Amino acid sequence: MSGILNIIKDRTLTYEQKIVSLARAAENTLSVLPISKEIQEYRREGIICDLNEGNAPYRPRYIVPDYERFMRQGSEFLRLKPARDIWEATNNLLILYSHVPSVTTMPVYVGNLDTLLEPFIKDEEEAYKAVRLFLMHLDRTVTDSFCHANIGPGATKAGRLILRAEKELQDAVPNLTIKYSKDTPEEFALEAVETALVSAKPSFANHEMFVNDFGINYSIASCYNGLPIGGGSYTLARLVLARLAKQSNNAGHFLEEVLPEAVSKMCEFMNQRIRFIVEESGFFESSFLVDESLIYKDRFTAMFGMVGLAECVNHLLGAKEQKDRFGHNDAANALGQRIIERMHQLVSEHNNQYCKATDGRFLLHAQVGIDTDYGISPGCRIPIGEEPEIYEHLLQSAPFHKYFPSGIGDVFSFDETVKRNPAYLLDIIKGGFSEGLRYISFYASDSDLIRITGYLVKKSDMKALQQGRQALHDTVALGLGAVQNSRILERKVRHNG
Amino acid sequence: MAEALVNKILPFSSVDGPGNRTVIFFQGCNFNCLYCHNPETINRCTACGICLDVCPAGALRSRNGSIEWNSANCTGCDACLAACPGKSSPKAVSMTVNDVMKTVEKVKPFISGITVSGGECTMQKEFLAELFEAVHKLGLTAYVDTNGYIDFSKEPELTFAMDKAMLDIKSYDEGEHKMLTGMSNATVLKNAEYLANKQKLYEIRTVIVPGILDNYRNVAEVSRLIAKLDADIRYKLIRFRPVGVSGDIKKVGIPSDELMAELKKTAEKNGCRYVSVV
Repeated sequence: MSGILNIIKDRTLTYEQKIVSLARAAENTLSVLPISKEIQEYRREGIICDLNEGNAPYRPRYIVPDYERFMRQGSEFLRLKPARDIWEATNNLLILYSHVPSVTTMPVYVGNLDTLLEPFIKDEEEAYKAVRLFLMHLDRTVTDSFCHANIGPGATKAGRLILRAEKELQDAVPNLTIKYSKDTPEEFALEAVETALVSAKPSFANHEMFVNDFGINYSIASCYNGLPIGGGSYTLARLVLARLAKQSNNAGHFLEEVLPEAVSKMCEFMNQRIRFIVEESGFFESSFLVDESLIYKDRFTAMFGMVGLAECVNHLLGAKEQKDRFGHNDAANALGQRIIERMHQLVSEHNNQYCKATDGRFLLHAQVGIDTDYGISPGCRIPIGEEPEIYEHLLQSAPFHKYFPSGIGDVFSFDETVKRNPAYLLDIIKGGFSEGLRYISFYASDSDLIRITGYLVKKSDMKALQQGRQALHDTVALGLGAVQNSRILERKVRHNG
Repeated sequence: MAEALVNKILPFSSVDGPGNRTVIFFQGCNFNCLYCHNPETINRCTACGICLDVCPAGALRSRNGSIEWNSANCTGCDACLAACPGKSSPKAVSMTVNDVMKTVEKVKPFISGITVSGGECTMQKEFLAELFEAVHKLGLTAYVDTNGYIDFSKEPELTFAMDKAMLDIKSYDEGEHKMLTGMSNATVLKNAEYLANKQKLYEIRTVIVPGILDNYRNVAEVSRLIAKLDADIRYKLIRFRPVGVSGDIKKVGIPSDELMAELKKTAEKNGCRYVSVV
């Protein structure tokens, strides 16, 4: 019980953060999931990890409500009528957000905000004020930067107002993605690039690629997770390839024995979690989101996460020098692809009856790491400190993206002088997407707000927390851990040439 | 197939024309500017061999009367450039159009086009025309970064083959231009007019050097010229930086923000629509 008392006495936690931590501690006193000895062993070794989901999951990890439907019908449970103007629209949304559960207790998806608000943009200056206050309200009350909004792919007045406000506010919340397609007007895309160079968002999602995987009703939630609207993901567990690789010394053995065994055990672990949520927790029988058709059980899937491909490949090849390592060597890159292909095949062979949104299959997810990871690179990324030139980096990374509908992406830091030429960055984005890149994020090297791995944190907030002061957003602590353990602030700055 | 001496290829650049561009730096220049920040691009290598002794990586050797550079061994320390008494580089490579296109094709999805620079790229103008044809076949654009010494009106093939030029007007004054570059600015100014009339002038640049050049006059005159020709031509005012330069000019300070802002204001007041300071 000393852990609980420590939470209560912790002076760096806000009141809200204490309540969330206490709830988590309470949940973790239970042991309701029948987890085999083999799985426990993998968990003990840190090879399989539940990413803080807790021992008794009582809601899906990521919930992606159908906000379009909510705007049309209002909510009986919340006693809300459909909005008639921008003030009612933003007010309705903010009310609903506080009732959308997730692993963080806060909503990880807040809608395709531009199309949701566009019908209400009459007087643009009044609308700007409403949009700005709405975004500020989100930042100060949804105190977790895994909260994600989407805009695009079309240009709208509301989309422009959101970009303008983000440029001015430079807040960590919400995370923001522009769905970018070949039909996205150039000018709108350039405005998005300009905004990202000031406020580290939006990221760019390859719209055609996501539509191909999910159909038009997809969202980008949490870090960069592609998920079906009106559903979400029950769970996200991850396989730490960097640690799993240690069980083997050659690629053949790893691919044929070590990996299949671990994948099978992780699927079993995920099955147990999903079964508890669906069959025992009562979530789907007791949420007004279900009653009002804002989410459907059959639009849920589950995410099979992985991290540390680079370290796994380098271990299996015994690659010490940079020229032999993942990201720099053709054979190392090819082994990386073989591992992911094999993993994709193994995961696709597994069936879970409740993942109806994806025909019973789990979706691969390139997980971005957690604050305590040390020497483990996110997903399939090249380790920080070993990044090649940007064009080589993009060409190396792109072939992995097709395997990860539920999220993968690269983060780049650009020298601030790039602000003078946003078309330069848009060219890079277009090129990346044409080469098969799914998702790309970037920020300027002089920005206070930066992308850690998949979420945004202000450098100044991390500094304050380090000095023992509280941080409003719980993600500041995660960012600080990642900075200390994963060299985030040493990410290669892309200068001209 | 034509060959050219290439100093370096930069796959991605954000500062050499619209969008992202691959920049090919050619070896050799017909100016000798006091403030040149890459003097190793000015002359062709005479194979004097002085650099052989300073290379710490064994990347250089003398063979058949020329210096051979082994890029795999090179660590990029540039000791050879520092030792070169002839403002040249042993690392310049003779390339065919196909050689250059290999790099361009590799990065093609990511770029709007290429920019040829230098040195002074127009000294190898036959090569450029051929290169641009290959580049256009890929749907990319070809920009020329030039000091304007050659007379474009007498080079119809090159002028036709390129999309647009970016032209340095280093000084508006003939005497000052000679003092700075060793050459006259007569064709430079003529080219500005000729290329603008052909809608082939993307940008004009002037480097600002306090205490050495009459910066106010240069910016005032050039901006008036732009406004007269086509106010949409970009005007880039470049701060002098002592990086890479040699000689007394090293001691000149970087122009202040105030000076640059004032010059920008002058150019805008004179009617230029797109003035930038770098």
